[in-house]
Amino acid sequence: MQPYTKHESIAAAMNRSNVDTDQIIPKQFLKKVERSGFGVHLFHDWRYNDDGSDNPDFELNKPAFKGAKILVAGDNFGCGSSREHAPWAIADYGFNTLISTSYADIFYNNCFKNGILAIKVDKALLDKLMAEIGANEGVRFSVDLENQQVATPAGNGFTFDIDPFRKGNLLSGLDDIGLTLQQADKIDQFEQRHKQAFPWLWPR
Amino acid sequence: MKKTMYEKIWDSHLVVDVPGQAPLLYVDRHLMHEVTSPQAFEGLRLSGRKVRNPHSILATMDHCVPTKNRQLPIADPIAKKQIEVMAENCRVNGLTLYDMKNPNNGVIHVVVPEHGFVHPGMVVVCGDSHTATHGAFGALAFGIGTSEVEHVMATQTLPQKKSKTMLVQVDGELPKYSTAKDIALTIIGKIGTAGATGYVIEYAGDAIQSLSMEGRMTLCNMAIEAGARAGLVAPDEKTYAYLKGREYAPSGKNWDLALAYWQSLSSDAGAAFDAVITLDAVDIAPQVSWGTSPEQVIGVDACVPAPDSFADEGRRKACAGALEYMGLAPNTKITDIPIDFVFVGSCTNGRIEDFRMAAELAKGTQVAKGVTAIAVPGSYHVKQQAEAEGLDKIFIEAGWEWRDPGCSMCLAMNGDELSKGQRSASTSNRNFEGRQGKGGRTHLVSPAMAAAAAAAGHFVDIRKL
Repeated sequence: MQPYTKHESIAAAMNRSNVDTDQIIPKQFLKKVERSGFGVHLFHDWRYNDDGSDNPDFELNKPAFKGAKILVAGDNFGCGSSREHAPWAIADYGFNTLISTSYADIFYNNCFKNGILAIKVDKALLDKLMAEIGANEGVRFSVDLENQQVATPAGNGFTFDIDPFRKGNLLSGLDDIGLTLQQADKIDQFEQRHKQAFPWLWPR
Repeated sequence: MKKTMYEKIWDSHLVVDVPGQAPLLYVDRHLMHEVTSPQAFEGLRLSGRKVRNPHSILATMDHCVPTKNRQLPIADPIAKKQIEVMAENCRVNGLTLYDMKNPNNGVIHVVVPEHGFVHPGMVVVCGDSHTATHGAFGALAFGIGTSEVEHVMATQTLPQKKSKTMLVQVDGELPKYSTAKDIALTIIGKIGTAGATGYVIEYAGDAIQSLSMEGRMTLCNMAIEAGARAGLVAPDEKTYAYLKGREYAPSGKNWDLALAYWQSLSSDAGAAFDAVITLDAVDIAPQVSWGTSPEQVIGVDACVPAPDSFADEGRRKACAGALEYMGLAPNTKITDIPIDFVFVGSCTNGRIEDFRMAAELAKGTQVAKGVTAIAVPGSYHVKQQAEAEGLDKIFIEAGWEWRDPGCSMCLAMNGDELSKGQRSASTSNRNFEGRQGKGGRTHLVSPAMAAAAAAAGHFVDIRKL
């Protein structure tokens, strides 16, 4: 995983609630056995017309949003299926930061495993950010994870909360599994106790 | 201190809780299918790590498998490769796999209980959001992403944030023809698809206790559709009777040991929940979803709502968008909505009881002109049982197709799908845009409601039949 560094990028807006992972990456693209190459399929059914051309009415097809790394999205973003193909597609497309009022639980976890910072803001602030982007499409926000701050040209900057564990992993780009395996002794000890307490869980 | 069932399971699986790091939770059972595992195996291989406890894993093939002509090679080369990769990964790592041709094959969340692989008090994960199903046994079961699948394979643990607890209390007697599915949809309609985000739900009350194990699985299955991390039902005599004698259930002295533990799992009387929702089962009518989110649902005797009937602006907008996609006018009577396709099956409603209910309504009827109806058992065992009871004949005589098991039209990865503009009555769990095929329109219902709609060609208030 790439370490998350401070950046200033175009912020795209997607003012829809309950965007589900079936929309983020439709099921016909889940048959691949690799992790890469999903960006071209991101939001496929909304993004492309039936003949494969770009749908000009779809938000992310606006020229002003080209190259955006920040996506400002409506409530309950990423609900539904657990497919990690959704954050893979988001990251592969080029986004590394999401801003919304809320995310579905599994999707939220999956983001941080893939170097995507998912920031939660309240509804009033989200509306302001949407309005700022609406009034000035192509506007650039800057994101400083170290100091947990977002700055915007119109002064809608804010400080956000984030779990220190998630923050540390994003900043260092650390492999979660490696981190857990530092506790291998504790896992072994726990497993021995668990085996004694629940012997029926192990093969006969 | 008085504890909820969730807290008891959490405490007994907490490996280590170091400040500044996420608590590490031990995982007892890991379920797998072909769609969300290949990249996890690849990651394991690349990092030179091994599967820590192969015995903790049970795998199946369900999402991409054809439900007819299964003897033929899979036509879709990408799906075929995914299936082959799954078989190879399981072989190399010594994992139990019920492949497409195995007599135990079926949808992971239908197969696993059939073999008694999940017990009360376990922590169970799967790269699949409907893992919540197994909460029906009083196990803490939840969906995870593919990175986490790799994490569990390598370490048998997961860094987890402790959830809040929500009690959903459903008392009273469920009316005839209202089912576990209708309870699930009613709850989601009431609290919304993000209503339980951050929570683990415990379902309680006499209406829940009265449900069969199959019904409890249907209910817990859809906990995720309310945003919950997991759903739980306290184990009781029904749970123990269901498990006894199954392949992976404890036996002999271990059965007594296990039983004593299971009986200690219920939430302590007076244990505090962070949120409480109450419902009266008597008020629960058969439900039909009208929109593109499971929270957009209403009783069969009602009408499609108008956008301006919602006070909240977001919901108003969502309603307008959904009605446009669904091709529905506000205030249309639900029973006036015509359908083109009926799907009975899925990890929500693909168990024997579901086919019994659907067959009861299908018996002696004919599928309406222009309607295609498919019955897709959740597993080969469900299929066999249904055939032993003669249910297959009822469906076939009524003009239905009787298929082989798989996820099928629940997410339409295997070629079973709606075409643009087609409308289904579906016993699955999600009515998202395009879920059953691009431009397809899904209405979520119970198996009985689906079967009645197949015969009538539109939704029917089955209480009035």
